[in-house]
Amino acid sequence: MTPEAQIIPFFVIIPLAGAFVTALVGKRLKALPDILGVMSTVGLLALSLVSVQLVRLSGVLVYSVGAWRPPVGIGMVLDGLASFMLVTVNVVAAIVVLFSVDYMKRFTSKWQFYSLFLLMLAGMNGVVVTGDLFNLFVFLEIASVASYALVAFGTEKQELEAAFKYAVMGTVASLFVLLGIVFLYSFTSTLNMADMALVLAAKGPSHIVLLVSVLFLMGFGLKAALVPFHAWLPDAHPSAPAPISAMLSGVLIKSLGVYALCRIFYNVIGMTPAVSSLFLFLGALSMVIGVFLAIGQWDLKRLLAYHSISQIGYVVLGLGLATPLGILGGLFHLFNHSVFKSLLFLNSGSLEHATGTRDLRKMGGLMQRMPVTGTTSLVASMSIAGIPPFNGFWSKLIIIIAAVEARRFGYAFWAVLASLLTLASFTKVMKYAFLGALRDKGRALAEAPVFMRCAMILLALICIGGGALLAPGIRDVFLTRAADVVLQGLRYGTEVFKRVG
Amino acid sequence: MILYILCLVLFCVGLYCILRKRNIIKIIVGIIIAEYAVNLFFVLVGYRMEGRSPIYASDADILNMVDALPQAVVLTSIVIGLATTALLVALAMRIYGKYGTFDITKIRELRG
Repeated sequence: MTPEAQIIPFFVIIPLAGAFVTALVGKRLKALPDILGVMSTVGLLALSLVSVQLVRLSGVLVYSVGAWRPPVGIGMVLDGLASFMLVTVNVVAAIVVLFSVDYMKRFTSKWQFYSLFLLMLAGMNGVVVTGDLFNLFVFLEIASVASYALVAFGTEKQELEAAFKYAVMGTVASLFVLLGIVFLYSFTSTLNMADMALVLAAKGPSHIVLLVSVLFLMGFGLKAALVPFHAWLPDAHPSAPAPISAMLSGVLIKSLGVYALCRIFYNVIGMTPAVSSLFLFLGALSMVIGVFLAIGQWDLKRLLAYHSISQIGYVVLGLGLATPLGILGGLFHLFNHSVFKSLLFLNSGSLEHATGTRDLRKMGGLMQRMPVTGTTSLVASMSIAGIPPFNGFWSKLIIIIAAVEARRFGYAFWAVLASLLTLASFTKVMKYAFLGALRDKGRALAEAPVFMRCAMILLALICIGGGALLAPGIRDVFLTRAADVVLQGLRYGTEVFKRVG
Repeated sequence: MILYILCLVLFCVGLYCILRKRNIIKIIVGIIIAEYAVNLFFVLVGYRMEGRSPIYASDADILNMVDALPQAVVLTSIVIGLATTALLVALAMRIYGKYGTFDITKIRELRG
């Protein structure tokens, strides 16, 4: 265990300690939850940027929990993919907390919100850094249970209904994941992911692995809201408070769903052509069905939630292509989507804060009264629709080029079609919400408070500058390293054990 | 083998409850049953007939021992199940407070 590896447990410790302290004293000290929330998330963001640099300098880092060396003890692994995901999660988390400082004033118990929020963040960071399959399940459940509670945070009729639906579906998904882990344990006699990769590679293909693949695809597919398993998302994401919607759509479905799928299928079980074509099919299905369902929506947040399904489809499609370019595009789109989708949800929160409604038909002309919200929303809409030079364009372009290179012309066509429909759908949002004549009751509206504006502007800047991640010098540090981890496949096991030492 | 099949039956009973029942409380009970089935299966995976606990002692030669790891791990999983169930029951109570019913066909504000 190298000294640099000491950084890894802090990704879990900081938010967990923050959640605990907030729950303990947050009720009495009114200012504390805000300060603690912002400080811990900004600290995590800094740490995750440091982790990128560490991975660049010294390759894979392994931390042995309690000094029990893997495969006996629990290992935490920080490699290119993990640090990529950590940056994605913590960038969004830090900005969303900034937004919540003002936005959550309308709820009575802010400290409960921060406590649950940090708990969810601890779960997500834990899923990303863990190197142990059962540990992954534990963190998955921590993040999920916190998110069920956060969806119900408003405790109104719709929120409770959505939260119950989400909780039932989420629990069933976790059960499938646990069942898959049980089968894998009985087959390989280990829970360590690196060790498991080695054992599975030695044993070769078998029916058990096939069964486990199906169970994981159902379990994590439900968490990622891929199309046959998406029914909970359009209820749960709009019902949560706006910052939570931003977290759920922005990073939760990715770190619990897509990241876990990617890590397990590529690095532990090993990607087979059958699973890869299943990824492609599910990805394309989510992409197209999500966007078709989105077009008809009038509730702004529900529309955005359907777009999340559609955009997750792009990510999974890119990953399913299993070519270097496809994986790079998929991961890049994952990052981009978490930025622009959280921005769009924060915009919707800002609109709801000002107008008190989410119905597009009741808005109109808001660009005049809320220039910051309007402009940032325009940036995010153009990003998600794939208009150059915003970040969404580059990642979609890479995915489509990769699909053509892999001679999957059908999938490339669907990707282009879904992109056009996305554009149509966001034209509608801009037209009804921000352009046109100002309504009578809109005249008294004011722009969002300062912290909310800061948060939206920061995310919009990332949207505009996101394409820079593809620039030669930066790409090698951030994106290529993550894609390399996915591409190395089962060599993950040997790479990790080389570093246990 | 019969034990594993019974375990599967228990899991299917749980899933049936979740999918087919209209009462929220029954759905929660279904989740608990399915959860127990998975936990039971996990313990069974490490079980050996007539096995003993894997405690190392210099005078005892261990021939047939039970795998202790699933037992330790299942404890964690049971605690997680407790948290989930508690949250679900709390949600069910609040839903009853708002809607005055446990019937999911009558709790349908969200659609589309």
